[in-house]
Amino acid sequence: MFVHTQLKKAVTVSKLMRSISSLVGRVSEKPNPKTFKIYRWNPDFPEKKPHMESYTLDMNTTGPMMLDVLLKVKNEVDSTLTFRRSCREGICGSCAMNINGRNTLACITKINKSDGKDVDIYPLPHMYVEKDLVPDLTLFYQQYKSIQPYLQTSKPPPEKENIQSIEDRKKLDGLYECILCACCSTSCPSYWWNQQEYLGPAVLMQAYRWMVDSRDGATEKRRQMLQNSMSLYRCHTIMNCARTCPKGLNPGRAIAAIKRAMATE
Amino acid sequence: MPAARFSGLQKDVLRLYRECMRAAYAKPKENREHWVTFVHSQFNKYRNLPRRDFSTIEYLLRVGKKRYQMYKASDAKDVI
Repeated sequence: MFVHTQLKKAVTVSKLMRSISSLVGRVSEKPNPKTFKIYRWNPDFPEKKPHMESYTLDMNTTGPMMLDVLLKVKNEVDSTLTFRRSCREGICGSCAMNINGRNTLACITKINKSDGKDVDIYPLPHMYVEKDLVPDLTLFYQQYKSIQPYLQTSKPPPEKENIQSIEDRKKLDGLYECILCACCSTSCPSYWWNQQEYLGPAVLMQAYRWMVDSRDGATEKRRQMLQNSMSLYRCHTIMNCARTCPKGLNPGRAIAAIKRAMATE
Repeated sequence: MPAARFSGLQKDVLRLYRECMRAAYAKPKENREHWVTFVHSQFNKYRNLPRRDFSTIEYLLRVGKKRYQMYKASDAKDVI
């Protein structure tokens, strides 16, 4: 019994020593600065042009993700920095922005702490900016509303659940995960030039999601809504949408499926 | 004398101003003066903006149109 306690003590002490040495090691670590250039624009002074502001942070004291940097800048360096964020785990889509030329979510983008390169952060491209990194998504949400993204059926509601077969449910995989962060739509050149008429990959993928839903009865009507030269057919399979999607979805494939369904109907 | 010629952007600004004034005159009579001064104050804020500062003018037009839509609703009776 006595030996056992002694042993335990020895283990604890050695653990303590190790944690102290690691602590000392961390303190003596040499600073690892990295510069973040962030797009700034303040609507209160519209006559002042937008500019890039540089913030240099020590990477030893920041978290692993881009959102951690933004929060650190806002908390400790410049509280006027404005951006949207909410869930910090890639499920809300609030922190969509253009980081190093790629539309993505700041909260699930890792910082490369060792490459020594500067990071450029812009708001989503070709959107009206409300302030700093906050884009105006009004039109995007209007377009989403216009495809009527809800169940439409003439059948009376079932007594319990609205049941689907496993195969029918599988058709929704890769579609329902979309969080409407607008990364894909704002990366699409077709959407840049024809925002007013072309619906954009994110919205079209949701249109398809409702078309293939076995419980929905308005497929024909949904197709009719897209039957014009602009809403759907401005997609020229550039496929920036699939390349940029932070959730790894493929809106281009969904659009192709709509096109095929409409061509063969 | 020929009428003054305006650029497209200038016409847009004048159109917005006219719409705002019309909306002001559609408000209850006792508050009309408030609305008119309000519209004037908003337009006067950027009176000295260089006329070639297109991006700023376009931004202000966009915001102005949005606010016009909001303020012209009949629920908005008075403005300070």
